[in-house]
Amino acid sequence: MTVTPSRIQVKSSTPSDGRTDYIHIKDYGFWYGEKKALDAITLTIPERQVTAFIGPSGCGKSTLLRNLNRMNDLVDHVRHEGDITVDGRSIYDPTVEVISLRRRIGMVFQKSNPFPKSIYENVVYSLRIAGVSDRSVLDEVCESSLRRAALWTEVKDRLQDSALGLSGGQMQRLCIARAIANRPEILLMDEPCSALDPIATGKIEELIHELKTQFTIVIVTHSMQQAARVSDRTAFFYLGKLIETDLTEKIFMNPAQAQTEAYISGRFG
Amino acid sequence: MNAPAPQHSNTSAPAGEAFVWFTGVGLLFGLGMVVLLVGVILTQGLAVFGSPEVVRVELKDGRVLLGPLAQNRLKPGTPPAEGKMERQYQVGLREVNGQSYQWVDESIIKSESTPPSVMALERMENGAAFVLPQELKMSNGQKIAATDPAFTQTLQREVTAAEALREKISSIERGKIGSVNSDMQSAKIALRKAEDRKGDVAAAKAELEALEKSYQALAAEARQLRATDAGGVLSAKDGAGRAIEIPVSSVVRFWQPNAMSWWDKFTLALSRGWDFVSTDPREANTEGGLLPALFGTFVMTVFMSALVTPFGVIAAIYLREYAKQGTVLRLVRISVNNLAGVPSIVFGVFGLGFFVYVVGGSIDQLFFADQLRYNNNTPVFGTGGLLWASLTLALMTLPVVIVATEEALVAVPRGAREASLACGASKWQTIRNVVLPASAPGILTGVILAMARGAGEVAPLMIVGVVKLAPTLPLDGSFPFLHADRKFMHLGFHIYDLGFQSPDSDAAKPMVFASTLLLLALVVFLNLGAITIRNRLRERYKTSTF
Repeated sequence: MTVTPSRIQVKSSTPSDGRTDYIHIKDYGFWYGEKKALDAITLTIPERQVTAFIGPSGCGKSTLLRNLNRMNDLVDHVRHEGDITVDGRSIYDPTVEVISLRRRIGMVFQKSNPFPKSIYENVVYSLRIAGVSDRSVLDEVCESSLRRAALWTEVKDRLQDSALGLSGGQMQRLCIARAIANRPEILLMDEPCSALDPIATGKIEELIHELKTQFTIVIVTHSMQQAARVSDRTAFFYLGKLIETDLTEKIFMNPAQAQTEAYISGRFG
Repeated sequence: MNAPAPQHSNTSAPAGEAFVWFTGVGLLFGLGMVVLLVGVILTQGLAVFGSPEVVRVELKDGRVLLGPLAQNRLKPGTPPAEGKMERQYQVGLREVNGQSYQWVDESIIKSESTPPSVMALERMENGAAFVLPQELKMSNGQKIAATDPAFTQTLQREVTAAEALREKISSIERGKIGSVNSDMQSAKIALRKAEDRKGDVAAAKAELEALEKSYQALAAEARQLRATDAGGVLSAKDGAGRAIEIPVSSVVRFWQPNAMSWWDKFTLALSRGWDFVSTDPREANTEGGLLPALFGTFVMTVFMSALVTPFGVIAAIYLREYAKQGTVLRLVRISVNNLAGVPSIVFGVFGLGFFVYVVGGSIDQLFFADQLRYNNNTPVFGTGGLLWASLTLALMTLPVVIVATEEALVAVPRGAREASLACGASKWQTIRNVVLPASAPGILTGVILAMARGAGEVAPLMIVGVVKLAPTLPLDGSFPFLHADRKFMHLGFHIYDLGFQSPDSDAAKPMVFASTLLLLALVVFLNLGAITIRNRLRERYKTSTF
């Protein structure tokens, strides 16, 4: 990908100040077996803004994202050092239940992964497993989540149809609706548009703009244009290290590190 | 497509081409075996319901045979070049001929003819009969000659009436008397118990007497019905001209094979085929139907599947989802896989030693102590039966289900699990809502394999509950409907029994093939059912873009 800084449309609005930092990552290291995937990451993620993780493949950006809701616990032979706190509390605190942590942190994956159930049941899945069975509550959450995911008008007449009959872009928006149905505080997005066409990608990006008024969003992306379009802050990772993090505008117009400039100008990666 | 071939392809064939042929031949060989197997079973099995032409054979030594040709073979011990043949005829009339089948040397055959009036009879006793009918002595004393156009109709009417009477008697003897007998059995136990414990002996005695009375009444009714047998007799001649008297009441059905169109033969075959699967066996299982064996096999297989599926699935879920993967687990997995290779008779012996003697014996001690004590130590669960047979086979097929389920669980895409976990689902919620539905088709594949193996098993069943002839079905209208303690009949054992334990092996041979055909059909039927369910599930839970 050859992208020069001059061709990237950088968002002109600077994030308003006065927002608190919500996620603190401190001296965080992570190993898959003997392989060190993350090395001494220190990073803060502010509340109700979009933070983009960029970097070449294998740089550790997805690993870090998946550690924020402890999704990597599923992998055998992993260990970590340092700490991650969300809203002042460590996610590794023994009194924190992984299940309740994940309820607070929604996640959207690279490949859309709706369940082989109806559209309706997909959206209300997190409520169902939490034991909610009141039909009126479920109906309301289903509608509001689908509306916020900009999918309501397209599917409102076929909520009981299988979710697998939707198009790729619709499925991904359904996954976003599912992730926000539980009203999480944080939304993690792991390359949510990598399998979508430009039109569907545009819709998702619009949606990210809408959602950031209510959620803290962390997005991993391979597309630097996308990072520039949607994010307020950008963090650049390389070989498991955090090279640079700053306002998106600054990263793309005037990076402090030579490696960052080389990457975003397409000289490697 | 039309571009000239590259130069190098002219000089040498692509590597591996020969191997493609080699593998193709392997497949062809396998397919050929399957076609051959099904073909042999199908032709030999269906031949039982055919009605071949009956031949009258005059021999040079003066003997005359009447019956269809069964086999034609080179005379054993003679060189093939001489072409000396011998033939086997199904002569029937065992009470006269001694044997149902006779071999004759081809060279002593003087003449052959196919008399159109010859009649084939299926009888309650002594096997088939092939005769030349003379006249029918009817129940009302009238006589009707075989040449009369109304002869066959009249005979049919008489046979139908005799059959209705037989069914009436059988419903009294097996249904009503059977239930009175089992009540009497309980009453006898109650009486012995009352005597032993100084209970209400008089009441118990009174009850037993009442039952005895109703038994006598029913027996008298049956006797009376038997006496109403009109006593119609079919007079006929065998091939040699000897007079044969066949009571109409012993005739199951009759037909005239030499005067039938192919359509008549077809409908006759259908009717005999239906009787084969819907009636009880006769004559040491060599005649009549296979209903109890068919039903026993079916119930046992379904019961076994219902037992093995939950056990296997639960074990596989633990092994794959919860247990810590490591050396110990690898050993466990190897052991489970090796269990699949243990000879089935070993499971049978285990079933006898553990399920029947230990578990069944304990159940009897705990819940049927009275029965044991006052009924000459007759065990209830402490002997082979449907439950123990099903459990033994469930144990035998457990590895198949575990291995298939584990593979199905592994194949569930990671994305599906992560989607559920990211929504805040616990591990069990994820397994129940996402993993199990997605792996259901794979699990059913395991169940199908287990069913196929279980339905065809014979050796272990022989020692844990299958019998040659069971008086009652394991499922009937009396409480508790499914009698898991009862012994039952099984098609696989039935085949073994017919093939090796029959007094008249020639007469039993066609039944062996017919029973095999039925077993094959049952396994195919059960598998088709499971495959239909699997395909529905697959359609329902088919994954999208994982």
